[in-house]
Amino acid sequence: MPGAIYAEGLVKTFGDVRALDGVDLDVPEGTVLGLLGPNGAGKTTTVRVLTTLLQPDSGRAVVAGIDVLKHPEQVRRSIGLSGQFAAVDEYLTGRENLQMVGQLYQMKAKAAKVRADELLERFRLADAADRTAKTYSGGMRRRLDLAAALVVSPPVMFMDEPTTGLDPRNRQALWEVIKELVAGGTTLLLTTQYLEEADHLAHDICVVDQGKVIARGTSDQLKAQTGGERVEVVVHEPEMIAGARDVLARYGIAGRGQAEVSVEDHTRMLTVPVSGGAKILAEVIRDLDAVGVEIDDIGLRRPTLDDVFISLTGHAAALTEEENGESTPKDDPGGRGRDRDVAKEAAK
Amino acid sequence: MSTVNDSLVIARRNLIRMTRIPEMILFGLIQPVMFVILFTYVFGGSMSIGGSTDPDVYKNFLMAGIFAQTVTFATAGAGAGIADDMHKGLIDRFRSLPMARGAVLTGRTLADLVQTALTLLVLAIVALLIGWRPGYAAPTNFGKVMAGFALLLLLGYAFTWIGALIGLSVRTPEAATSGGLIWLFPVTFISNAFVDSSQMPSWLQPIAEWNPFSATVQACRKLFGDPGLSPSDAWPMTNPIWASLIYSVLIVVIFRTLSVRKYRRADG
Repeated sequence: MPGAIYAEGLVKTFGDVRALDGVDLDVPEGTVLGLLGPNGAGKTTTVRVLTTLLQPDSGRAVVAGIDVLKHPEQVRRSIGLSGQFAAVDEYLTGRENLQMVGQLYQMKAKAAKVRADELLERFRLADAADRTAKTYSGGMRRRLDLAAALVVSPPVMFMDEPTTGLDPRNRQALWEVIKELVAGGTTLLLTTQYLEEADHLAHDICVVDQGKVIARGTSDQLKAQTGGERVEVVVHEPEMIAGARDVLARYGIAGRGQAEVSVEDHTRMLTVPVSGGAKILAEVIRDLDAVGVEIDDIGLRRPTLDDVFISLTGHAAALTEEENGESTPKDDPGGRGRDRDVAKEAAK
Repeated sequence: MSTVNDSLVIARRNLIRMTRIPEMILFGLIQPVMFVILFTYVFGGSMSIGGSTDPDVYKNFLMAGIFAQTVTFATAGAGAGIADDMHKGLIDRFRSLPMARGAVLTGRTLADLVQTALTLLVLAIVALLIGWRPGYAAPTNFGKVMAGFALLLLLGYAFTWIGALIGLSVRTPEAATSGGLIWLFPVTFISNAFVDSSQMPSWLQPIAEWNPFSATVQACRKLFGDPGLSPSDAWPMTNPIWASLIYSVLIVVIFRTLSVRKYRRADG
């Protein structure tokens, strides 16, 4: 039996561009699927097809047990959509926005009002309920947008890059809301460019690139697929990069088509996948010392989804360093990405 | 799913928006008032209506034309509003909701109808203040005057659907505003609105007489008891009330159908 969200062979072309090139998805009820990929990978197009906004050229999709192409109007009753751009009317107050959406979900005016008040309370917008959305901060607008998507507590939710552009505090807060939702049994498809977001929230992850799903599995499965740990080294001077690369190349485990040593010139950081655990670290330090490479920082870490992405696509998730840095919560409880931050601090 | 209910919810949304941007309503009121005053006092002395050059006759002749032109200007507002909506994230929200497909458009045109009614009310008061007298040339009564205004509102409503189609066809609200206005000038000027169309070149006369816009103007003059009824024996001029009704309903049916179809197909 197909899951709450099911897609088979979705294809959509815009002119010469194959935005979707045969996307298959299956999301079991009550779970979260993270659709992970760079800009233009086809994440938003997938969401638009599944939420009835866009007709695919071919393929089949079933949401909440209803055929999306045959009965779009029935699908719309069972879904909530929270988009990349907060879809609220900025000249309406928070309360008016939610009431309107409630009524358009065919609730009676009075019930819509009651529900609006509940949601405003839950999303910490009660104080701003009677101000126009124009006056809201970015985080408040996102919360209002998410509240609008939840007016009827739909069994299936779609969130297209829900935290893009949010500061770490607001991002954390939104993560908490999402977790609550899922704990309540909602099936969620979440798109994100942020690897740690998928890591944090999703049960299963589909990595998409150029309109295709190029890998799927749990976060752990994907990491295992990418190989063991990595040694990360930050050298003291840019001139030392070449020497360090030669040393690290000796420890790299080749195979699975991955580049041996990756170098980030401006942070003077080198990374290489290794096997052998902590004792390798001591050997690397000794060898680097022997060839006169001074190091600012060195560490051993498990592969992140970043690494997964690079090893699968041959390029990083399309983020600038600034965005990436901003997106890494400093108080990340799992400690993911901490090593990188340390490396960056060292590089300054 | 209720088309009426959803349309009213959207209409309410647009009316709230209008009250939050009051300068839009204000400009919408100033423009026709300016037209009334300019036409009355600048052209009034040099126009000949039915052989009379009395400025008072022109003033009474003019008002139906200005009223009709004013209601058609709602086209631009509707077009710009819809074009604006179509390019914001909000339209994705609407299109993913279990609501009637045409409601986003119908709601907008209904809100514009309310605004048009308000504009018309202010304009009628100004017209009365500067000397428009229903019944000036022929007897009339309150019911007939109201029927005239009803025809005007219907014409305005019909034209907002043309605006809706324009708004759905262009990329920006600015384009919808100009696209909604440009063609209104020939339509409203090649008519009996501001001049006696029997004085136009003979090749232009039939165009003016069969212009849907002229039918409403002629119908209003007849209902208001205004001077300067077109003596033409073209059918819309001899049966202006029917002609006005038929034209307006036809425009609504055609442009609503086209607009709703375009809205449904829009891939955003």
